[in-house]
Amino acid sequence: MKRSFKLSELDCANCAAKMETAINKLDPVDSATINFMSQRLTLEAADDKFDEAVDLAQKAISKVERGCKIVR
Amino acid sequence: MQKKQKIKLIRMVLSGFLFILGATLPLPALGSLILLMASYLIAGYDTLWTAIVNICHGQVFDENFLMALATIGAIGLRDYKEAVFVMLFYLVGTIFEEYAVNKSRGSISELMDLRPDYANLLRDGKEQQVDPYEVAIGDIILIKPGERVPLDGTVIEGCSTLDTSALTGESLPQDVETGQAIFSGCVNLSGVLKLEVSSEFDDSTVAKILDMVENAGSKKAKVEKFITKFARYYTPVVVIVAVLLAVLPPLLVSGQNFSEWISRALTFLVISCPCALVISVPLAFFGGVGGASKSGILVKGSNYLEALANVDTVIFDKTGTLTTGTFKVSQVQAETRSSKELLELAAYVESYSDHPISLSIKEAFGNPLDKSRVSDTEEIAGKGIKAVIDGQTVYAGNSRLMQDLGLESLPANEAATLVHLAVKQQPSGAVNTEYLGYVAITDTVKADAAGAIKGLKQEGVSTTVMLTGDRKAVAEKVAQEIGLDEFHGELLPGDKVALAEQIIGAKTSKGNVIFVGDGINDAPVLARADIGVAMGGLGSQAAIEAADIVIMDDQPSKLSMIMKIARRTLSISKQNVIFALGIKAIVLTLGALGMASMWAAVFADVGVAVICILNSMRALSTKKTAVSVFAPEEKQIRVA
Repeated sequence: MKRSFKLSELDCANCAAKMETAINKLDPVDSATINFMSQRLTLEAADDKFDEAVDLAQKAISKVERGCKIVR
Repeated sequence: MQKKQKIKLIRMVLSGFLFILGATLPLPALGSLILLMASYLIAGYDTLWTAIVNICHGQVFDENFLMALATIGAIGLRDYKEAVFVMLFYLVGTIFEEYAVNKSRGSISELMDLRPDYANLLRDGKEQQVDPYEVAIGDIILIKPGERVPLDGTVIEGCSTLDTSALTGESLPQDVETGQAIFSGCVNLSGVLKLEVSSEFDDSTVAKILDMVENAGSKKAKVEKFITKFARYYTPVVVIVAVLLAVLPPLLVSGQNFSEWISRALTFLVISCPCALVISVPLAFFGGVGGASKSGILVKGSNYLEALANVDTVIFDKTGTLTTGTFKVSQVQAETRSSKELLELAAYVESYSDHPISLSIKEAFGNPLDKSRVSDTEEIAGKGIKAVIDGQTVYAGNSRLMQDLGLESLPANEAATLVHLAVKQQPSGAVNTEYLGYVAITDTVKADAAGAIKGLKQEGVSTTVMLTGDRKAVAEKVAQEIGLDEFHGELLPGDKVALAEQIIGAKTSKGNVIFVGDGINDAPVLARADIGVAMGGLGSQAAIEAADIVIMDDQPSKLSMIMKIARRTLSISKQNVIFALGIKAIVLTLGALGMASMWAAVFADVGVAVICILNSMRALSTKKTAVSVFAPEEKQIRVA
């Protein structure tokens, strides 16, 4: 499944790049891209692991930029 | 966001005020230190706090941390004013940066403002506002004036005008009436429309377009990959050099003191944030993709924009790409009967066919058809069609069909598709086959086709080629009329792929090969070319899927426009890279030599980022790349 989420308070371009690298390293995630300008995270993961993937992605994001949240 | 920025502004003013007081008032040392430290904390408390939190998360080379380290280091060296100023300027810089980013996000989302918020669903005669996701195929929705069409569908009641500019860049409103299919993303301008929905939201035109543009960033250009990779190594390398700079010279060279070299090292730390680099390239491409979609050209990835900047061969499909694909009867050549009778027969033979050619004959005939006069319609594959009309068998087709009937067809000197007609009568047992003449049908060359080719030449394209399944004479005529370098006619669909392969294989330069088609039947060629461009994507899902670039309205002149946009985008991104790297390299060198202060370093960090953002926004504007409008009327190919 592939879905795109809005990211709130994504303020720094380098952080977006770091998040993207970190999320792509997560186990349940097949592929992820973060678009800094449109503030969107596009996440691809297996259907049954999708929620887990999103939770892990949120954790990875919080590690890089505290205020940044995936809008679900 | 607003509130956050306001707080930052207040902090900036307060901190600046305290800084000036602390730096200028003739106070005792302790007094000015207190003022300066207050100023420092007001400007930098969140940076310091984030640095601590991120260290706990294992984010060592985080810009907050580097900033904190540099300024605390300066305080340690008793350079209080410098420390405060750097923190203050960093705050000012981030305010500017956020402002510039928000501004550009705003202008981009404005042009991405296609997403419909709701649909007026009609259920059991009652109207109800729902999320477009909840509407199913076959549901009836109501679109009022001023509203955005939320889903694709067919108008079942009402007529109106639609503003399609968000999809096509075309500013002229389009009239719609009952029975017509309309696309999501358009804005209803005048009347109320009742629409039967034909696709779910996820499959609708607007969803596909948004998805494409939003995901354009995932296919990265080479410059983009380079800079992201570079940024990843840049920070650690600069930090390591900073450490060496602080430690080695004082240890190895006698007479050098630590504080001097540590202060130089701290300057390094301030410049080590890669933000300006990371933002410089993707932002330019995002602007380019955004600017293109504003003009009705969808680009599926930055890599295609990059490839478009260097094109030397453009291969066109003919029908629907260079020509409108709407056929028109240009001549009726009757042998024994009147032209009108011939056209009438032709219209009746073709009465059950929906082929564009049949449609054009029926349109030329003009009168309603009494289908009870026609029976036993039968297609003769690759040759034509036959039917019984008023008791006599009428044949319509190409010259091969006439040969089969033992008839000689009139020589065709017209550069047009010909439909020959013959009739077989059996009045008294004796078979009598008679050749009646032909109907010549021409396609219309698009008004801007010749201009499009000229534009491509100006953009440095060396070869333009046209491939078509149509007769050679027709191909030649079109090629001459619009000034193509090469044409190949009478091709089967498979031949097109082979020929395209051949052209791609034969070229010696490094330029890319573009294939431009209408997305119908030519998906393999679209995929094979370096860049596949589909025309008339509006409504053709297949085209949107298969192509790398989609020209939403049917204008081939958009090709040179997108090449211009591509080149501009690429040059802006290169300017940004050179500028950002150049300034950083200069300040790093000066810093190592002890000639650049931390103040210059802060500029090299945030100042450069802001300038890169502003420069990138130029890619969004398409004013300079706009093409002139060609003759509005469509020209007909005519042979004297």
